[in-house]
Amino acid sequence: MTAVLASSSIERGGLSPRAIRMIEAVIIPLGALVASAALFSVFLLFLGKSPVTFFNLIWTGGFGSAFSIQNTLQRAAPLILTGLAFAIPARIGLTLIGAEGALVLGGFSAAAIAIPLVRGGWTPWIGLPIMAIAAMLVGAFWIGLAGWLRHYRGVNETISSLLLSYIAIAIMNFFVEGALRDPASANKPSTMPIGDAYRIGPMPGTSVHWGLAAGVVLAVILWLLMSRTTFGFAARMTGGNVRAAQAQGLPVGFLVVACCAIAGACAGLAGFFEVAAIHGQANASLVAGYGFTGILVAFLARQNPLAVVPVAILFGALAAAGGLVQRRMAMPDATVLVLQGMIFVVLLVSETFYGRIPFLQPKRAGDRS
Amino acid sequence: MNIAARPAPDSLPLRAPSLQTIGMTKTFGAFTALDDVSIDVKPGSFHALLGENGAGKSTLVKCIMGFYTPEHGSVLLDGKEVEVRSPRDARALGIGMVYQQFTLVPCLTAAENLVISRADAPAIIDWKAEKQRLEAFMERMPFRVPLNEQVSSLSAGEKQKLEILKLLYLEQRFVILDEPTSVLTPGEADEVLGLLGDMARRGEVTVLMISHKFREVKAFCDSFTVLRRGRLTGAGDAQTATVAEMSRMMIGDTEIRERAERRKHNDRPAVLELAGLVAEDGEGRPVLNAINLKVKAGEIVGIAGVSGNGQSALVEALAGQRPLKDGAIFIHGKPFEPKRGDFDRFKVFGLPEEPLKNATVPRMSVAENMAFRAFDKAPMASLGWWLSPGPMRKRAEELIDRYRVKTTSADAPIETLSGGNVQRAVLARELSGDVDVLIVANPCFGLDFASVSEIRSQIMEQRNRGAAVLLVSEDLDEILELADRVAVMSGGAIGYVAAIEDTDRNTIGQHMAGH
Repeated sequence: MTAVLASSSIERGGLSPRAIRMIEAVIIPLGALVASAALFSVFLLFLGKSPVTFFNLIWTGGFGSAFSIQNTLQRAAPLILTGLAFAIPARIGLTLIGAEGALVLGGFSAAAIAIPLVRGGWTPWIGLPIMAIAAMLVGAFWIGLAGWLRHYRGVNETISSLLLSYIAIAIMNFFVEGALRDPASANKPSTMPIGDAYRIGPMPGTSVHWGLAAGVVLAVILWLLMSRTTFGFAARMTGGNVRAAQAQGLPVGFLVVACCAIAGACAGLAGFFEVAAIHGQANASLVAGYGFTGILVAFLARQNPLAVVPVAILFGALAAAGGLVQRRMAMPDATVLVLQGMIFVVLLVSETFYGRIPFLQPKRAGDRS
Repeated sequence: MNIAARPAPDSLPLRAPSLQTIGMTKTFGAFTALDDVSIDVKPGSFHALLGENGAGKSTLVKCIMGFYTPEHGSVLLDGKEVEVRSPRDARALGIGMVYQQFTLVPCLTAAENLVISRADAPAIIDWKAEKQRLEAFMERMPFRVPLNEQVSSLSAGEKQKLEILKLLYLEQRFVILDEPTSVLTPGEADEVLGLLGDMARRGEVTVLMISHKFREVKAFCDSFTVLRRGRLTGAGDAQTATVAEMSRMMIGDTEIRERAERRKHNDRPAVLELAGLVAEDGEGRPVLNAINLKVKAGEIVGIAGVSGNGQSALVEALAGQRPLKDGAIFIHGKPFEPKRGDFDRFKVFGLPEEPLKNATVPRMSVAENMAFRAFDKAPMASLGWWLSPGPMRKRAEELIDRYRVKTTSADAPIETLSGGNVQRAVLARELSGDVDVLIVANPCFGLDFASVSEIRSQIMEQRNRGAAVLLVSEDLDEILELADRVAVMSGGAIGYVAAIEDTDRNTIGQHMAGH
């Protein structure tokens, strides 16, 4: 049989396996997007609303004007970072959904460490990097903990990272409503504002904060790390087959914890930008769901750090258009969340299509008898 | 479909049926797995279905069992055409199969397993009445299994017997066995097959056994059919046909590489030394009980044993996949840790069993898989961490050429290769350099003849060049062919070590059974 297969396997012709995989990685997620748009249209028709109006508004609200594009990019910035926070551990085979917690705790740490810095009159040129590093370290520790529990104690990382998120939010609330509460924040308990000097302004010529640039740079760096370094190679080996990685003597535990720590640092950095560029202080507004939407972003990007960027922008546009949909179509702004949920379910279903698209298959099929 | 094709269960004939297939053809896409295969199994015969891996044996029995629907062809039971569209139909017709993996529920007793397997098991079971009925049933059976013991505490042989008893209990008189002896000691295998043969001769059952062991076929079967590449290549009387004839039908006229010659060595120093290795499974039960063993340079030590007696735990411990509870490994007298640095320093290489599962990352490309040993060293990595795909690809193309790995390109995911080619790719990665210690586990499991002889001669070549080889194998013939010394594992310990010329199949078999 080997000989039969060998002679027929050369007749495949046409596309190389790598090209087939790339085509699949593009058309399957795109197909999933189209299918979920169709499903969502049915949902809208049930509500007696026009799908055409809806998708028009999404376009207008997301990309229709300079203002909406900047709004979109503003919202895409944290999604790039939380998307990376899901994508990197996924490459080593872990499903970590705790970016929300790392973002909140990172943002809170940045705001907390800013209090003595601001009081001490430190220049923002020193203070902001300290805040950013603190946010990344705390985030790295938080997600790294889930990785450590996974590797050394066999605790399911999906559950532990989700539960750690709730603990993270509770820790922030504990301090924000207690020891670190700014007395001036009467209705919405918050930490002390970091002050205008410490606020990160927009990138020149835009109203978009520097978090977008940081996200894009990190996406490129992490793409290089995962695809062009020995660390990334070892991580992909571990993610693809941990037994083979062990048999090659790779330090599996270190790789797992390191990938988780990188993920946590990304989410923590997102928290830092939320505090330093948007809110100016830490409060419940940090719990905005960016961590969870990041999961969706990474899924649609097939865990590829570079693809995370455009996908995050797409979801940023959806979020940016939410308000417009609410006003023009008299629909709750959760409508956009329904669409997101549909995309997620359809995406999960579309995972089963890899390697099964008929026209991309080699002519000999089913040789595994 | 006519009425006679689906008789009600109580009118089933309680004697051995005959079974024929006529012109069975099954294709998967453009690949023809079965091509116009007609076999004829006489009532009360013990029929062997022979063929290499991938010859179509499994496809044929899956068509008979109703797992697959053939494109053409029909099944005749007792001369009447029957339609088997699902395993449920097969069961109603009295056709049963014992699979390679056990289908018993481990936490239930043998009796419970039998009763719940019935299609008509009542919602509330009167255990007292059932037990009586079961005991009466057992009285009529040629072999017994303790009815009230949990299946998980039964030996592999007893489980196999229970699987067969289950078929007879369900009144299935056409019994298909899929390589039934792979989990048994030679003694157990002989017992089970002998008793089934007796039943067949008395006309109580008809047996169709998938096998590739000529010894069993000659000893127990009365007729045989051979498949090769999906086609029928021969059939006949198993007692008059010679092994040479049958093997020619199986492998055709393929040139097989000569067995590598065993070079004589003078006494050499021990290279690999295992000192009191102890390891546990996930629940804290011991799987390795103080393993002590020395392997000399230029020597193959074969570890024989029935599957599940700690051999895989031993290989895992040496490969760093299972932590050691106690004991130490020495190479050239220095302590060895199964870590990357030590693998390189001591030139330790491995060919684990089921290479796709244990030695490759299925989704990574052939080139990447071939780089596992070298990706972090020059020339594939500069500064120790920056990868260069160029040298990686070039090296892979050299190896693909030298080891004749059949793949569409070096970029194809390794999971798209056939089993023999995956093993060759792993072989190329592990054996292309300087090897001091080689750990091999069931290297030929599931491979075709040509690959088997090639892989065995590669292992022998490493031995001749002076490597210390530890060969764990469930195939006794493989150990008898390759090893200089044999060690038998039973219950997680090594109970018997002998030079290969001072022992024989029977002695080894007895120690495998733990005597």
